[in-house]
Amino acid sequence: MTLAAVGLVVAAQSSFAGSTLDAVKKKGSVSCGVSTGLAGFSQKDEKGNWSGLDVDVCRSVAAAVLGDASKVQFKPLTAKERFLALQSGEIDILSRNTTWTHTRDTSLGLNFAGVIYYDGAGFMVSKKLGVKSATELDGANACIQAGTSTELAIADYFRENKMSYKAITFDTSDQTRAGFESGRCDFLVSDQSQLYALRIGLKDPSAAIVLPEVISKEPLGPVVRQNDDEWFNVVKWVVNASIEGEFQGVTSANAKELQANGKPGQKRLLGSEGDLGEKLGLPADWAYQVIKQVGNYSESFERNVGQGSPLKIARGLNAQWNKGGIMYSPAMR
Amino acid sequence: MFSKKTTEQIECENRPSHLGIKSFYNNPKHRGWIYQSFLFLFLIGFFYSIVSNTLDNMSAQGIKSGFSFLNTSAGFDVLMSLLPFQTTDSYLKVFTIGILNTILVSIIGIIFSTLLGFIFGVAYFSRNYLIKKIAIIYVEIFRNIPVILQVIFWYTVFNALPIARESLNFGDTVFLNVTGLYLPLLVGESGSGLVYSALIVAIVSVFLVKRWATKRQEKTGEQFPILWTSLGLITGLPLLALLVSGVPFHFDYPALKGFNFRGGITIIPELISLAIALSIYTGAFIAEAVRAGIQSVPAGQTEAARSVGLKESKIMSLIVVPQSMRVITPMLNSEYQSLVKNTTIATAIGYPELFTVFAGSVLNQVGQAVEIMFMTLVIYFCINMTISFVMNRFNKRSEITTR
Repeated sequence: MTLAAVGLVVAAQSSFAGSTLDAVKKKGSVSCGVSTGLAGFSQKDEKGNWSGLDVDVCRSVAAAVLGDASKVQFKPLTAKERFLALQSGEIDILSRNTTWTHTRDTSLGLNFAGVIYYDGAGFMVSKKLGVKSATELDGANACIQAGTSTELAIADYFRENKMSYKAITFDTSDQTRAGFESGRCDFLVSDQSQLYALRIGLKDPSAAIVLPEVISKEPLGPVVRQNDDEWFNVVKWVVNASIEGEFQGVTSANAKELQANGKPGQKRLLGSEGDLGEKLGLPADWAYQVIKQVGNYSESFERNVGQGSPLKIARGLNAQWNKGGIMYSPAMR
Repeated sequence: MFSKKTTEQIECENRPSHLGIKSFYNNPKHRGWIYQSFLFLFLIGFFYSIVSNTLDNMSAQGIKSGFSFLNTSAGFDVLMSLLPFQTTDSYLKVFTIGILNTILVSIIGIIFSTLLGFIFGVAYFSRNYLIKKIAIIYVEIFRNIPVILQVIFWYTVFNALPIARESLNFGDTVFLNVTGLYLPLLVGESGSGLVYSALIVAIVSVFLVKRWATKRQEKTGEQFPILWTSLGLITGLPLLALLVSGVPFHFDYPALKGFNFRGGITIIPELISLAIALSIYTGAFIAEAVRAGIQSVPAGQTEAARSVGLKESKIMSLIVVPQSMRVITPMLNSEYQSLVKNTTIATAIGYPELFTVFAGSVLNQVGQAVEIMFMTLVIYFCINMTISFVMNRFNKRSEITTR
């Protein structure tokens, strides 16, 4: 931690020396801050391969900038370390189920480049307690991951409902789950998406239930350093390209075909018409590489957290705007 | 080096006075001043450039700086606090609570590690084979295992305890479960002031009696049963006051209400695990220090004490241990300081001491790493300087008086 603080001083200068985009092109890889392990968002398998919705953002950026989605260096970070790692220049993107809040956006020298998952904090309790609603949790112990926006959301919720609780905080989500399993706390608070992921990790998932209450807004998205608009634009539009890809019906399977013979909108997105890539300082086929190698938003969602995954989370708010959700990419033109 | 300087000095003194400036420069004392002031200016410049550079870079990166964040409301809960705390209290309050929790676990650790250290350090010299071996095994096991593993080990042991509804129940007064240890709390009613003052009077009179007895023994050689008198005073006086005032006390027993026990005193498992681990770990080092100290006292001292007919237990407490203290104290000083620094390991199990709660939670909510790290460093520095100060004073007293 102290080292990181000193690193902040030293590295602050290096981050001005050149833009992140140039630096990434030069070193030939994107350094990406991810979680220490969270099913569906960023998780390492036995072979050491990272996968997840957050991981796909970094892979997409690598595909767009370097033409190869595998050129990503992953740095697992705890919630407490993540912003320092980005500020100090240790990583190029922070894509670690991070909630976009006003304070973080305005006082940390960071910018949020979009939302890849609309989430909200919720509760998981043991079935044995017989609790049906969060309003019955007065006086209970809460397992929370330290340094998250959830830590604040739960304090607000209990104050609002004039209930008391004791916060038992842990550094990683694995520790949080272990604390919940041992009975150190009566319930676990986290973003809903994580609750499902954590529940699967329990020894007996059916012994725990997720309560219906959603107590806060937790829009999750990738973060970059402030004052580097070029790189900010790249990450922002890579996220948009993936959402727009789904909207336009471009998938990893048909991208090649549509690049040549698609509708004008599809061709513009895939780089066979217009100069969207050039304006970002990227190759013309930047979005084509993203969708071809990583897939559009829908493919990424279903593979990591949706029906193709053990989590089986429904699209809900995260569906396209014309299908009942609020996922919406600004115009690609 | 030394001889060269003296020749220079001689030359300097022999020189005619019209070489004023040169002779001023050649005077080692003046030259020392000049070099020192250069170094001083350089250091000031160096630190100034570090600080201003950092501030410039931070503002260029759009990172907030300054200490105004301390007055904003924290908005999160702290697990354990020695002061009343609400989520609406300020970050400054969280900072204070962190410091208090650090000091609390440090004091507990220092007391118990010293006890363990002295017990096992002295046990090493026991003529009983089993006791001696136990002392050796204790030291060898616990100082060779990283302290963070020991902290996590004890925490895991705690996590294996039953849940709140199935607590271990000790006579309906003490409860132990995975969420902590619950003890009854002694609550004083009106009139309890008399008992407290009786206790204070007893403690003061014990000191006076001890002083008087020491003086008398030095003068006449007569011994006074100081232990029994003190015990009598400390238990007798408050007991008398208790009876006179009609027992103005009652116990507040912990009881299971809803999810958790309420009432009584709660000791959280994070505190217990950390305190146990730090005490045992540091105790092993202190035992070694005590052993070294005792071995530093020449065997002749023990033999001489035996020859004047002192009992074995008296030899230890009157002859050996007081003399060994001048070897032990400096080592104790550094062991206590390591203990304080090791409390930061709490972050692994979430005990809310300064590092976990301030350099952890607050840092992450506020994001002002430079200020927060600086404040945290200063506090650890101050705590350890205080320990050093106290121990050095103590060391002065136990030092051998040489003439």
